[in-house]
Amino acid sequence: MDTDYKYEPKNGLTRWLDSRLPLMRFTSEHVLQFPTPKNLNYFWTFGFILTMCLVTQIITGIILAMHYAPSTLLAFDSVEHIMRNVNYGWLIRYIHSNGASMFFLAVFIHMFRGLYYGSYKEPREVIWILGCIIYLLMIVTAFMGYVLPWGQMSFWGATVIINLVGTLPLIGESLTQMLLGGFAVDNPTLNRFFSLHYLLPFIIFGVVLLHIWALHVPGNNNPVGLSVQGKQDTVAFHPYYTVKDFFAYTVFLLLFCYFIFYNPNALGHADNYIEADAMVTPAHIVPEWYLLPFYAILRAVPDKLAGVLLMFGAIAVLFFLPWLDTAKVRSGRYRPIFRYFYVLFVIDCLILGYLGAQVPEGIYLFLSRVTTIYYFAFFLLVLPILGRIEKMKPMPIGISNSELSRDMVAAE
Amino acid sequence: MSDTLDDDKPTRRDFLYITTGAFGVVGAASVAWPLIDQLNPDASVKAVSTVEVDISSIEPGSFLKVAWRGKPIYIRRRTNEEIADAEKDDNLNLPDPQKDIDRVQKKEWLVVVGVCTHLGCIPIANQGEYEGWFCPCHGSHYDISGRIRKGPAPTNLEVPPYEFVSDSLIKIG
Repeated sequence: MDTDYKYEPKNGLTRWLDSRLPLMRFTSEHVLQFPTPKNLNYFWTFGFILTMCLVTQIITGIILAMHYAPSTLLAFDSVEHIMRNVNYGWLIRYIHSNGASMFFLAVFIHMFRGLYYGSYKEPREVIWILGCIIYLLMIVTAFMGYVLPWGQMSFWGATVIINLVGTLPLIGESLTQMLLGGFAVDNPTLNRFFSLHYLLPFIIFGVVLLHIWALHVPGNNNPVGLSVQGKQDTVAFHPYYTVKDFFAYTVFLLLFCYFIFYNPNALGHADNYIEADAMVTPAHIVPEWYLLPFYAILRAVPDKLAGVLLMFGAIAVLFFLPWLDTAKVRSGRYRPIFRYFYVLFVIDCLILGYLGAQVPEGIYLFLSRVTTIYYFAFFLLVLPILGRIEKMKPMPIGISNSELSRDMVAAE
Repeated sequence: MSDTLDDDKPTRRDFLYITTGAFGVVGAASVAWPLIDQLNPDASVKAVSTVEVDISSIEPGSFLKVAWRGKPIYIRRRTNEEIADAEKDDNLNLPDPQKDIDRVQKKEWLVVVGVCTHLGCIPIANQGEYEGWFCPCHGSHYDISGRIRKGPAPTNLEVPPYEFVSDSLIKIG
């Protein structure tokens, strides 16, 4: 985004530094003075919240790695050691384990915001795709992290997920053995998962930088979805959005702290406090809550390979969203029919999440088929067709006039 | 010099680029292979010894669960009624058609790998609609011959390589 603001070094030292490493110029132009649409609502604070989630996970994760032992003989005990012996170990582990859930909660809100306000549309397609890559990396990282405590759910969750790869024709079996480092989930698997679980957050961090870089080319989308037309539409990021972001993050921390201090195991499974046993499967294997919608899709199909393909397809379809949605109008505010389908889609995802935790029989199986069909129909039918036939509501002329023209529409 | 810039013919320099590039790719691939191959099962994992199991204590109608290659093996001593049940269903339209006699060495003894062919959970014995095995993860039902009858699993429970060393001793692997 072209900024009218240009950084001017104030004294000899900053002038000297600016001509050698323009760090202060970069900070000033891309953080402090960055022109940001003045009409952003609280849904736009989740980018900052997510950054804080990532930083929290990295800090607590590095500390946990100082006390954890990645070996099938020691892993379970070392986690209990962290919980009982290490000073504040319980706190750091509860922050890390609940932090993963909060991370996903924030990313879901962030993605649904982008979906409603059309933040993936031209010229922000690359931002959206980088976001999808981050989301995919988050899933892989969280899955590997869940294996590390070496409880029953860790072990059997890993068994089920890695066996998904085995459904691929021809290469499936050898690829499964390569991922496992053996014929079943065992010490080699645990060791490599630990290594990768430590690596991937830094990869995520790198993609986040690309995500923000791509964001800073066109600048933020906003609730009316119109492009910024000039200075009258923006305010400086600092102090206006730094304050707003920190306030939102503080509220977010209240929920986070509720889980950490009052209900730290609410989002986990009791079975994971039983050490992994390769000879006994728990009666009911359930993934973490944030993977449940995809688990429901996997189980909705009677055919093994088709179920796996649909589950991966549910994420893959997100990458094509910028081209599946044919509507030129970005914001859902001006798309009267889209709004109904959108709300239905949010409800559909919530129901899929609920169904992922149920036994796939009877009414649950039927419902998971219906919701799976709508999940894909939303992307592959509703969005491509609706964009061509929907009659949009009157749009404001610009961001600055949007509040005014909303009143005019209401008066009509 | 015969090589001129406006000549469309490949030049000696093009040849150098291509050969250098090709050597680079082969070199990079040969270095990458050890980095990838280390993921595969190592010598200690592959050097799995065979397991010998004393089956004399198994009563008819009951089973023994033993570990082999980190996976459970069900050794089931079937009653005459169970054998009859299994053979009765031989000609039904099964998802993965196989006769009971092709899955056993001695009719009385059924030996199967206790890993669901769907996604690798351990099916529970004596449960499910066919009284064989039931996988709690995604609801696959197996019959008394370990054949898939209902649910998402695509194939029958695998029969591992095994032999009877004597009437009371079985060697798996």
